[in-house]
Amino acid sequence: MKIAVLIKRVPDTASVFAINPDQKSVATDKLKFVMSPYDEHAVEEAIKLKEANGADVVVVSLGPDSAKEVMRTALAMGADEGLLVTGAGTDSLTSKGVAEALAAAVKSIGAELVFAGKQAVDDDASQVAERVAELLEMAHASVVTKFELNGGTAVVNREIEGGSYTLELPLPAVITIEKGINTPRYPTLPNIMKAKKKPIAEKSLADLGLSAEALAPGVVLESLSLPRQNRRNHIIDGDTPARVNELIRLLKEEEKAL
Amino acid sequence: MEKRLAPAPETYEQVTDLFDLDADWSSEQQAIAGRVRKMVDEHFLPIIGQHHNDETYPESILPRIRELGLLELVADDAIDPITYGLISRELDRGGSTLRSLVSVQGSLVMGAIKMFGSEAQKQQWLGPLGRLEQFGCFGLTEPDYGSNPAGMQTRAERTADGYRITGSKCWITNGVRASVAVIWAKLDGQVRGFLVETDRPGFEARHMHGKWSFRASETASLYLDGVEVPETALLPGATSLGRALQCLGQARYTIAWGACGAARGCLEETVKYLKERTQFEGKPLASHQIIQYKLAWMAAEITAMELIAKRLGELKAQGRMKPHHVALAKMNNCRKALEVARTCRELLGANGIHNEYHIGRRMVDLETVVTYEGTEHIHALTLGSTITGIKAFS
Ligand SMILES: Cc1cc2nc3c(=O)[nH]c(=O)nc-3n(C[C@H](O)[C@H](O)[C@H](O)COP(=O)(O)OP(=O)(O)OC[C@H]3O[C@@H](n4cnc5c(N)ncnc54)[C@H](O)[C@@H]3O)c2cc1C
Repeated sequence: MKIAVLIKRVPDTASVFAINPDQKSVATDKLKFVMSPYDEHAVEEAIKLKEANGADVVVVSLGPDSAKEVMRTALAMGADEGLLVTGAGTDSLTSKGVAEALAAAVKSIGAELVFAGKQAVDDDASQVAERVAELLEMAHASVVTKFELNGGTAVVNREIEGGSYTLELPLPAVITIEKGINTPRYPTLPNIMKAKKKPIAEKSLADLGLSAEALAPGVVLESLSLPRQNRRNHIIDGDTPARVNELIRLLKEEEKAL
Repeated sequence: MEKRLAPAPETYEQVTDLFDLDADWSSEQQAIAGRVRKMVDEHFLPIIGQHHNDETYPESILPRIRELGLLELVADDAIDPITYGLISRELDRGGSTLRSLVSVQGSLVMGAIKMFGSEAQKQQWLGPLGRLEQFGCFGLTEPDYGSNPAGMQTRAERTADGYRITGSKCWITNGVRASVAVIWAKLDGQVRGFLVETDRPGFEARHMHGKWSFRASETASLYLDGVEVPETALLPGATSLGRALQCLGQARYTIAWGACGAARGCLEETVKYLKERTQFEGKPLASHQIIQYKLAWMAAEITAMELIAKRLGELKAQGRMKPHHVALAKMNNCRKALEVARTCRELLGANGIHNEYHIGRRMVDLETVVTYEGTEHIHALTLGSTITGIKAFS
């Protein structure tokens, strides 16, 4: 069986974010990039399945050449190969275009089961995997916290407010993964080295029979902004001399304004 | 909860790669260095201060090293020198004792078996040593022969079915917990290497207590009182003292890199401290000119150390690494790391001598690093003879 895992390279959310002067893009020079954390769980789930039942795990990503870094992490964890959709037209896509490209990529490798994180932590759109399922006419379940394979059927749990669903899906299927499902393994150092030798294929939109024009977004990014920092609202108690002293201390020691 | 000394700072200032050297490494090399760094930050720095204080061994780091497969990688012939160097640097950023644990097991013991062992010896030992299921030690130094191992007194004599070894070794890292010791001894006047199981009758290892430095590393004296070993204990390729020095060359390579990590660790902790600590009108210490001058010089020295380590790695990768290259790197980097540690110690004021900070431990541990595996003087003499063509010692 072939399992595809959709993974995305995203900025580490612990990074300090800044917006470029054009107000349409995030300054990337100081950012640290990682695999979107939910995707790590998706990779782990695929590898567990591979270890239990035997399978070929292909990690699929769309992005610039640097996306290979997170693909290597997945390969070091135990995935077998990678497929990167990259090149002209791939940098300006919205969820719809990304989904069309990834659907074509998944189709090209003939995967019967597709895992993905429940959302990517950069744009939080939660759209791509579900769209891939629709495009490929596969069954899908999202935000899954437990996964089992029963012959040709996937049995999954979805957490909902105050309870949980158990669903059965026929394969082929697309499953998006929630964090609690497993603990992603750390790659061992020898496996990081071995991952270097595992293949990562590259395909352009044209290779997948798509065109940048056809995938061009209908949605246009108007502007980006950082959340406004809340005011401190620090109220100083006490009589007036004490309040003045405290105010001076705060300005001096905490704010370093004096 | 028991109070732990010297907790790891929550964040480190990344102030030690001003030349952007790390960006040159491949993504695998960076990933491996990052994994080791994470292990050090999460599992070693929080516990090592207490172990140093109590003179105990940081047992809890062993499963972490196993989990990473660190020694398996280090012992893999496929590992490139830069990767091994970066691992050593990151380990030593935690502590020279941690890097030493890996250098001794990986380069000295497994290195000797790989380079000079028989197929059977490799089969028997490399697996368990690589998985850290068993420890090895490397016994060269003797009470009366440190810088001059050629004078060693330990003797092997032939018996009907093997050898009988008599003598004593001292300052032997991991000697107490080792299952196997690489023992260098003279057989018919010629230095040879033997693999001696430490449970053989007549073999005794005693923990040397009372060190000021390397307190969290176990150092032992070994006593071999007519220890009988079979023919198969001889390392067939270990035919001279030069072979022992070849093992040391590999370990010294890791020390040259490790020193960079130790210095980095000192400077990172110090910059963080100096930015937080205020003196005179509430100004952070880091804002004073003399202090910035010292920080600038330390950053420049660390950059130079790293460039030397990098060049040494390139020479090693090309198979061109000569003893005088290693001597230069080991001599320079250990001395410079110690100077950085001493300066940092001073910049922390009284806190610099307290075990709530890592600087003091790093500083005293670097005193060992300057001395072992060839003292600074001996490496200088090696270089001196390369430069002048005149040997100052035989
Ligand atoms: C913590 C620790 C762990 C160690 N682990 C190991 C181990 O695992 N295995 C092992 O075999 N050994 C080990 N050693 C021993 C170490 O390698 C020796 O201490 C080192 O080689 C120096 O020998 P020495 O201490 O006898 O000093 P000495 O040789 O007595 O030197 C004393 C001083 O004299 C100087 N000196 C000596 N000869 C000359 C000369 N010709 N010209 C100028 N100056 C000279 C030296 O540079 C030094 O400053 C360890 C040491 C320490 C401290």
